[in-house]
Amino acid sequence: MRIIPAAEIHTAVTEAIGNIAYGIDPLLKSALERALAAETSATARDVLSTLLENAAVSGRARIPYCQDTGTVVVFAGIGNEVLISGALLDEIINSAVSDAWKVNYLRPSIVCCPLSRTPNSGDNTPAVIHHRITAGDKLHLSIALKGGGAENMSAIKMLSPTASEDEIIGYVTEIVTKAGGKACPPVILGIGIGGNFETAAMNAKHALFVPLDSRHPDDRIARLEQRILQAVNATGIGPQGMGGKTTALAVHVITAPCHIASLPVAINLQCHAHRHCEIIL
Amino acid sequence: MRIIELTLPLTPADISGLQTGDKALLSGILYTARDQAQQRLCQLLDKNAELPFSLASATLFYCGPSPVPPGRICGAIGPTTASRMDKYTPQLIENGLRVMIGKGERSPQVQEFLRQYQAVYLTAIGGASAILAQSVTAFDLWCWQELGPEAIYRIAVKDFPCYVNCL
Repeated sequence: MRIIPAAEIHTAVTEAIGNIAYGIDPLLKSALERALAAETSATARDVLSTLLENAAVSGRARIPYCQDTGTVVVFAGIGNEVLISGALLDEIINSAVSDAWKVNYLRPSIVCCPLSRTPNSGDNTPAVIHHRITAGDKLHLSIALKGGGAENMSAIKMLSPTASEDEIIGYVTEIVTKAGGKACPPVILGIGIGGNFETAAMNAKHALFVPLDSRHPDDRIARLEQRILQAVNATGIGPQGMGGKTTALAVHVITAPCHIASLPVAINLQCHAHRHCEIIL
Repeated sequence: MRIIELTLPLTPADISGLQTGDKALLSGILYTARDQAQQRLCQLLDKNAELPFSLASATLFYCGPSPVPPGRICGAIGPTTASRMDKYTPQLIENGLRVMIGKGERSPQVQEFLRQYQAVYLTAIGGASAILAQSVTAFDLWCWQELGPEAIYRIAVKDFPCYVNCL
């Protein structure tokens, strides 16, 4: 067994959150630059230029990229030869979230009771943490700060098992069209196809961690991703819903085996404030 | 794309001179109000109680800012989704509100109220909070501190960039 002390995880998560709240993922910057070069509408160009400038100012002046500093979402891959000493992993992560929020003056956006809407937890805890056991002696933590606007526009539907790929594309396009400017386009789409009700949604979220420029290793799914991207960008919704060619920057699909009666399709929308990273300890 | 500099509060003549798609640079005072604060404003109107500011001269900014770090004027500021405010907007417009800033589309009902009352809805760029913060010259908690980021903040801005979405 390899022992990882709680303090090491705490420090790494606190620093990671402090880093991703500001500035921009280099792959996202490149995607926005390509979108800017492709747009002809003055408004779309103005919006994309502002987003690039925002990223630069955010990093330089240490002002959060977006005022909605999000829910902390963590996918933890825990090696079967890892022993975390000192505290439970969820306790360590939540303690790190609390510290990162205070040190960086991030916005506390979590209410403890969804019905009374009070009290605000004050430090953005709890994080949403998903665990899986992996082979080996490493701890992988994929961390995202997920804003509420795009999350609200996400959707899941149980399609007929005989639905065509065109129907899947039609459903995704319908959801992105309904989201319009509300999801802060240009968006990134994480799509879970197959599995059951909850695995489709989990896979949709997990797909948002796929590097922006990567292509699915399965050709059929890679082609589907490409067709969805083209269909979504043909809607003309554009940056911030103000018209243009760039409604989505990337589409990533994760599939899973499913029941003969089912074809769940879950779509998780990610705004352009795509703040995420991976830590390997 | 026309770029127009405007001083708040907007006059009826200012609003009638605007066209959808114009870029506006706003200078003056904004009051933040998002879900919880909007609900409270409407509850006060229902009771004929006094509001914490005059709706007729206010510009409402659908925004929950991030905390202000020491030595800074403000934290990150930016618009939240306006459609969540659609259920409160007709009542606020009927009681004098004419200018609001958020992101995303409005309901057909709100669009009709905007037309009927010669009010305007502007969109600021969602997630461009570092840039928008550059236009802030003063930032103060105005009321309802217990709502945290959903409290009402009074923000003085100079050349705050946004776009005419609907009027």
